[in-house]
Amino acid sequence: MPTNNDLIAKEEYCMHNNIEVAFIDRLYEYGLIEIRSVERKQFIQLDQLQELERFTRLHYDLDINMEGIDAIANLLQKVKAMQEEIRALKSRLHIYTLE
Amino acid sequence: MDFIDYYKILGLDKNASQDDIKKAYRKLARQHHPDLNPDDKEAHRKFQQINEANEVLSDPEKRKKYDQYGENWQHAEQFEQARKSGQAGGGQSFHGNPFGGGEYSSGDFDSGDFSDFFTSMFGNGGGRSRTTKFRGQDYNAEFQLSLREAYTTHQRTFTVNDKSVRITIPAGVADGQTIRLKGHGASGINGGPAGDLYITFQIAEDPVFKRLGDDLYVTADLDLYTAVLGGEKVMETMDGKVKLKVKEGTQNGTKTRLKGKGFPVYKKENTFGDLIITWNVKLPENLSEKQKMLFKELSQL
Repeated sequence: MPTNNDLIAKEEYCMHNNIEVAFIDRLYEYGLIEIRSVERKQFIQLDQLQELERFTRLHYDLDINMEGIDAIANLLQKVKAMQEEIRALKSRLHIYTLE
Repeated sequence: MDFIDYYKILGLDKNASQDDIKKAYRKLARQHHPDLNPDDKEAHRKFQQINEANEVLSDPEKRKKYDQYGENWQHAEQFEQARKSGQAGGGQSFHGNPFGGGEYSSGDFDSGDFSDFFTSMFGNGGGRSRTTKFRGQDYNAEFQLSLREAYTTHQRTFTVNDKSVRITIPAGVADGQTIRLKGHGASGINGGPAGDLYITFQIAEDPVFKRLGDDLYVTADLDLYTAVLGGEKVMETMDGKVKLKVKEGTQNGTKTRLKGKGFPVYKKENTFGDLIITWNVKLPENLSEKQKMLFKELSQL
């Protein structure tokens, strides 16, 4: 269970990062981030910030809309899994380089 | 230090409008952005160039200076002196290499590294970051180990942001494995949490032992007579020599598995993988007359 120290109020985060609260809400609607409600206030878990910052860059720096972010998030997961697989295959291949 | 053609980087000509620049930048940024190219250093490098080109060309003041001096950029300093310069360096990126032997790079894309050309012309005051930062930026470091170093647990001390970080590298760490040191990145801003430090281990190949997971593979030569008649053979393992019995009639390419003589299992003390030996039977060469005769005799039996 995350403690209160692991949470940041949604509005506070948006203010510091100069983004709209609606953007966070839409990420939540798309299932891209989690929001926790404590006593009617909404919070973001700190360990989600890295991912949230990535989505923020995609949207605000690269002009990618929510559907695009959703697709990218899925594809990135696949890319990472494939990179992992390639690494494992390469390391298998190394065994034969001696022969 | 070379002149950098920012127009060329963005694929534009000198008459490009602000709208053209914006479009070209966005198009290229979508292609090379590090968020879309995980673990791709080439893309990261390209993105920095694109970013720098945009930084200059999208800012009318910088663009004017760049257009005016361009390839005669060495004179730009005079231009600068003629103006009342009051720009303070706002770059918060960490320069230098705090890791002996490791490669360090900042995970922040907004105020990333600028080229010497850029710095000499515009100083370090770039990085018009859109966002006000909250969480501190993450640091990424690569750390090189030999296979033999990865075999034992050892401690290393790094210096990050003038603070010493002591880490234990457990035996059995894998090639490409990343560990996260929470809160050891840059400090947060406005009460935000500090970023994290990610250390990725790169384990160099060993000339003798090949590693696959927790198992080690080695190819060993075996003379014909021992292969045919059986016998003993002393083998080098990672933790010393072992004497092995070789079975009679060991075929070339046969594998022998030595349980527990492989690589230590990550974070499982006293647990090891196996060592797999592939026998490479060597035929005798330059036979003497007598040997030839005996082989003939053998073949006719």
